[in-house]
Amino acid sequence: MDIPAISQYEQALKFRALRNQVLSSNIANADTPNYKARDVSFADAMGSARHESLNMTKTSELHNNAWGTTSDGTRTSYRIPNQMTLDGNTVEVDVEQAEFAENALQYRASLAFLDGQIRGLRYALKGGD
Amino acid sequence: MSLFKVFDVAGGAMNAQSVRMNVTASNLANAGSVSGDPEKVYRARQPVFSSFNESMAKQTGVAGVRLDGVVESAAPLLQIYQPDNPEADVDGNVYATNVNTVEEMVNMMSASRSYKNNVEMINTTKDLLLQTLSLGR
Repeated sequence: MDIPAISQYEQALKFRALRNQVLSSNIANADTPNYKARDVSFADAMGSARHESLNMTKTSELHNNAWGTTSDGTRTSYRIPNQMTLDGNTVEVDVEQAEFAENALQYRASLAFLDGQIRGLRYALKGGD
Repeated sequence: MSLFKVFDVAGGAMNAQSVRMNVTASNLANAGSVSGDPEKVYRARQPVFSSFNESMAKQTGVAGVRLDGVVESAAPLLQIYQPDNPEADVDGNVYATNVNTVEEMVNMMSASRSYKNNVEMINTTKDLLLQTLSLGR
């Protein structure tokens, strides 16, 4: 049985876990020359869960993807830095840290909502107790 | 579960940063060394980082850090006239190492900050995983 109230938060949790991974790669590569910071967009991930995203049609396998696509279909795109660095690295650690903290908080929020849903269902099953 | 990959990525970065810290320590320890033979003088060393799995990163969003190696600085050595130095060559010159102490101190601070960032990242992710495990209790 697929309970919409639960699967919706499951989607959100999956996205937050993916973004945690992408942002941690950015912070880990803060000192790597020529590394380009990446991110995934929430609107994009949730949009592609509802309808097909607007990808360009590929008529050959040799065509480059306009965006990188993660295994679950979420696009990763490059972040535009506020300031350039000489070694070609576009990671700004303060920005990434803020995003990482925000993402962790959102993950916790989704967990709390999911926990609430489970508690509600359990309450209903027990007939209130 | 993609959260577990964070441990690999951050662990690799911590390893790279600790090598950088070791190289810096070695540079600072040798900052005062001189020699009569320019070939034998200690030259400043710098680690070279590169992104691991860069081609895979488009699919998975994960890119770890790899240490490509340690290179010696090609900056010129300082020639000092010190005829009473036992190391001096026939002309009375000694050659000082090209370690830049200020640069190395900044390097050390940067490495330690980056290391701390990675530790924090692991702690946060560990908390998230533990909270997920206790879901529905």
